[in-house]
Amino acid sequence: DQVLHIVPETFQQVQYLQLLYSTLMLDLWKPLLPEDIRAGEDLHVRIPAPLVQEVKDSLDQHMISYRVLIPDVQKLVDQSMPRERSSHRQVSGGYVYTEYHPMEEIYQWMTQIQKNNSELVTQHFLGKTFENQTMYYLQISQPSNNTKKIIWMDCGIHAREWISPAFCQWFVKEILQNYKSDPKISRFLQNLDLYVLPVLNIDGYIYSWENDRLWRKNRSPYGNGTCYGTDLNRNFNSSWGSAGVSFNCSSDVFCGSGPESEPETRAVAQFIRSKKSDILCYLTIHSYGQLILTPYGSTTKPPSNNEELIKVAQEAAAALTGKYGTSYRVGSTASILYSNSGSSRDWVHTIGIPFSYTFELRDTGTHGFVLPANQIQPTCEETM
Amino acid sequence: ELPPSHFPASRAAAVAVGYLRYLRGGPGRGLDLRALRRARRQDIDDVGHNYYLELELEDILDKDRTVNCTAEVLYHLGSKTSAPDVQVTLQGELWSTEEADKEFYNRIRSLEKELVAENIPDSHGRVPPELEPIRLLAWAASGYVIWQNSTENTKFHLAQVKHVKQVKRSDEDLQFDYVVLLHEMVSQELLPWEVTLLWHPQRGARVARDRRQPRHA
Repeated sequence: DQVLHIVPETFQQVQYLQLLYSTLMLDLWKPLLPEDIRAGEDLHVRIPAPLVQEVKDSLDQHMISYRVLIPDVQKLVDQSMPRERSSHRQVSGGYVYTEYHPMEEIYQWMTQIQKNNSELVTQHFLGKTFENQTMYYLQISQPSNNTKKIIWMDCGIHAREWISPAFCQWFVKEILQNYKSDPKISRFLQNLDLYVLPVLNIDGYIYSWENDRLWRKNRSPYGNGTCYGTDLNRNFNSSWGSAGVSFNCSSDVFCGSGPESEPETRAVAQFIRSKKSDILCYLTIHSYGQLILTPYGSTTKPPSNNEELIKVAQEAAAALTGKYGTSYRVGSTASILYSNSGSSRDWVHTIGIPFSYTFELRDTGTHGFVLPANQIQPTCEETM
Repeated sequence: ELPPSHFPASRAAAVAVGYLRYLRGGPGRGLDLRALRRARRQDIDDVGHNYYLELELEDILDKDRTVNCTAEVLYHLGSKTSAPDVQVTLQGELWSTEEADKEFYNRIRSLEKELVAENIPDSHGRVPPELEPIRLLAWAASGYVIWQNSTENTKFHLAQVKHVKQVKRSDEDLQFDYVVLLHEMVSQELLPWEVTLLWHPQRGARVARDRRQPRHA
């Protein structure tokens, strides 16, 4: 719905607007009564969304100029009222998934999630960060006699991409809220286990809350503490150091002192190596760009199962677009974005895991990394 | 012919959008790229690479308002110091922002204390409504910087307005001294940039001064 601001210039225009008001039953905000519409005076009227284009076309036809006073009435309403929390209560006692949360609250959330859903969820130690924070992943697994294949998803490898951990939390909530009622999800869980790492780069994430919102790397010191941070997504052992990196610590794509030089990288790599024969699909969530990226970044030579990788990604992108019309591009990092080496997604594929994707969530640069919290819900819903 | 989803075309599109934001942006008009429909590249011997683009743009304040345009972006050969040449042709008229511009102009001129603000949007992506025009002028200012500093190996977006200060002038222009953070996609760097923007309802936006902020540890 939109609110338009119109200043009718002639009596004919006033009459026309009065007619429009009564035929379409519009909502007059100023003046309150149609008989008080006057030439030369401000008119504010709310137009329901389905009629907006028609009304604008009609105004244009009648040479009546207008300005959009409020482009989205619902948005303004939502901003002034806190959202209902009750639907999330069962899953984890009132946690608000439509806000960004600092690391401390995410730790508490993980504990609560396991407590409230202990038949399905277990929290596991993965490793420690440079600053000695504990990395946990959640395992969502339906008890069964057969061993199941694994889908791994990690979020927050880059600190400033806040929508990414927000998505991991949303994802867990959605699965747990709906696995009994949604046949697709329950069939899913009969055959697959989900492993979710809500924040991979914990030190960096905390730093982006407390010091620098646009920090990207981890927080390990180099050069005798004169410089901080390795880009964890350049630190994996896939053509390490060969493309799209810097060997200078002050760069945002510094690849570290060697492959897997960083504790966070090692924690993930060791785990994935140990489970590699059971992992079917690896997903790593980033922002921004609205992309589903396939291997590789360091070369344009396609991976062996490229056709299948692309086909699946295109179907995912189509399903995503179907929700709110958000368009995603699909392709290899090297062709869509830039050259890079040492990414987790590429490394995972080279050790034999067939499906490996990087998601770059909303948006395409309008807000970039500082995506407004009111986009968390639509972003997560479409990505689900 | 280039695939519009691949990076060479999308980098050129970002330059065209920056240029257009500078030329036609204002406190009441923010232009965003909705879609890159088509792209072609022509290599001109001894001159450079010319990209021919078909774009669809939308109004950030009213997503139903769109306009199509064609653009040409010529990156000069081997030049690190000269800006790409850009030409944009709009297919249709841009909507008028005359009233919003006038209102904003009068509001700022009547301020007793010079406007100062920081972190637009804030960490959670919020922009207070009264600062939206300031943010859109930052798009115009950074559009200029992006146009002037782009190469085929860069893709810039405005990440955040770090700081803005209004400077009252004796002539009729409004002046805003910005520090903007530009995100460069290929290197992933955040570049702080100082830009002084002048704006007037009839004369539009002009960058008076700009420089990359020197790095501190």
